[in-house]
Amino acid sequence: MLTNEEVAQTIINQFGDAVGEFDDPYNLLTFSTGRDQIFSLVQFLKEHKTYQVGFLTDITAIHYPDSPGREFCVVYHMHSLTNNFRVRIKVYLDANDLHIPTVIPLFLSANWMERETFDLFGVIFDGHPDLRRILNMEEMDYHPMRKEYPLEDSTREDKIDALFGR
Amino acid sequence: MVSEELDIAPKYLPAEQGPVQYVNELTTLNLGPTHPATHGIFQNILQMDGEKIVSSEQTIGYIHRAFEKIAERRPFYQITTLTDRMNYCSSPINNMGWHMTVEKLLGVEVPKRAQYIRVIMMELARLADHLICNGILGVDTGAFTGFLYIYQEREHIYEIYEEVCGARLTTNMGRTGGMERDLSPTAIRKVKELIPRFRKVLTEFENLFNRNRIFMDRVVNVGSISAEQALSYGFTGPNLRAAGVDYDVRVMNPYSSYQDFEFDIPVGQSGDTYDRFMVRNEEMWQSLRILEQAINNLPEGPYFADAPQYYLPPKQEVYKNMEALIYHFKIVMGEIDAPVGEVYHAVEGGNGELGFYLISDGGRAPYRLHFRRPCFIYYQAFPEMCKGLTLSDAIVIMSSMNVIAGELDA
Repeated sequence: MLTNEEVAQTIINQFGDAVGEFDDPYNLLTFSTGRDQIFSLVQFLKEHKTYQVGFLTDITAIHYPDSPGREFCVVYHMHSLTNNFRVRIKVYLDANDLHIPTVIPLFLSANWMERETFDLFGVIFDGHPDLRRILNMEEMDYHPMRKEYPLEDSTREDKIDALFGR
Repeated sequence: MVSEELDIAPKYLPAEQGPVQYVNELTTLNLGPTHPATHGIFQNILQMDGEKIVSSEQTIGYIHRAFEKIAERRPFYQITTLTDRMNYCSSPINNMGWHMTVEKLLGVEVPKRAQYIRVIMMELARLADHLICNGILGVDTGAFTGFLYIYQEREHIYEIYEEVCGARLTTNMGRTGGMERDLSPTAIRKVKELIPRFRKVLTEFENLFNRNRIFMDRVVNVGSISAEQALSYGFTGPNLRAAGVDYDVRVMNPYSSYQDFEFDIPVGQSGDTYDRFMVRNEEMWQSLRILEQAINNLPEGPYFADAPQYYLPPKQEVYKNMEALIYHFKIVMGEIDAPVGEVYHAVEGGNGELGFYLISDGGRAPYRLHFRRPCFIYYQAFPEMCKGLTLSDAIVIMSSMNVIAGELDA
């Protein structure tokens, strides 16, 4: 049974200052890294002899418009099926430079997950063979999951509720 | 776009038929968006060389409803209705998965009885899901009889849903903290009656298909995928198990008391359509085992957690009890305080690992909610699986992968 501390220590030993913000919310090891290391980090975890984090569960992104320089966070969930160990890797990106390397050479499943993230958030995965929109139509000129696109028309005044802030 | 990237060797006519001639004519075939064989709305553009598929390309998103965006404005209890509409063949699993995610965030411990009721509902949903997939696989190979035999039981499962929550397809079942009401004696009776009847029908169904020469010719060695490739493509659920990997979320990360039940994980060998069919069949037997254990050992006790600030109080209490009225108001108006945090919770859905990635900033609605939809992730392996096969094989493969359009697009 792997412990979060053990894996975190190995990652720190291997990557040093390139990783940080270690945390384990609800017992799931979470840390952040830079986009320069993400590929080698995912590769390291996948090819590690004992950890064998060989399953890419999910890729998605989060938009934090109020944190300058770290507006977008690309989140990778990985899972070691042999050790039953999950890990979550975060990469923070600047809104003006939304580039991150693709992990398709390591996991074929990353293809559509990265396309979805591009479609909804506009994160550009460098090296992706076919980075097109997947859920929305190609003519669309914005990325709808960003926080600047509210779900309802923000100019509507008839629904403003002073008491509950909606 | 597709034709430029084609990678097929040019063909030359034999010399005796005249001068060497370049023959490279491909047919483009649209399978979908509304084709009876896709069982949902998504498009496959196939490049056909005669009857062989050279390459294919998928267009999805026809029923993309932006659930993740909608969820960012809804209080937690209203998101349940969104999860219904993902894998609509097994809505209760989605509902329960969502409730468990919220409970994990809030730190609510659900009583044993509610956990068992949830297991019963989830296994009924799995039965209904696998039943549809395997029944339709039969229809796609030309065997309508099995489908008709087995669909009667789906109706009975939906009657149980109706008894438990009042709805049939989009169930909106359960609440954060437990179930909305206790399992009624009628529901218990219906579940108990269902199990032996389902066994009988499933045996009949298996007799019709398992060693049927015509069926086997259509599905054996069609759409094989190796375990390594399946893992790389992010397969989960029956499709991954058919390739020989015994990954089941129910066993690896037990939730809702799955550790109390004894059941096996069926695995296949070659990952072909026949294995996927057989794994789903066997999972139905295992689901029946779980159902039997759960309904016979249903613990006594409350069916909802003692968490009044999160669990909607019974309506009759609201009318006569001040605290209940306050909590009712706060919950309905979305004034509950959710803790700040991020949660990933996965359940074994009908198609595999259904994950909910929830980020809460303490507000009434999630800051961000992402659904890990198994269909969406494994459907990208479809071009690889049907390459070089015929159109009829592609339809069978698609059917056996159980691609649900609602889950594909979210």
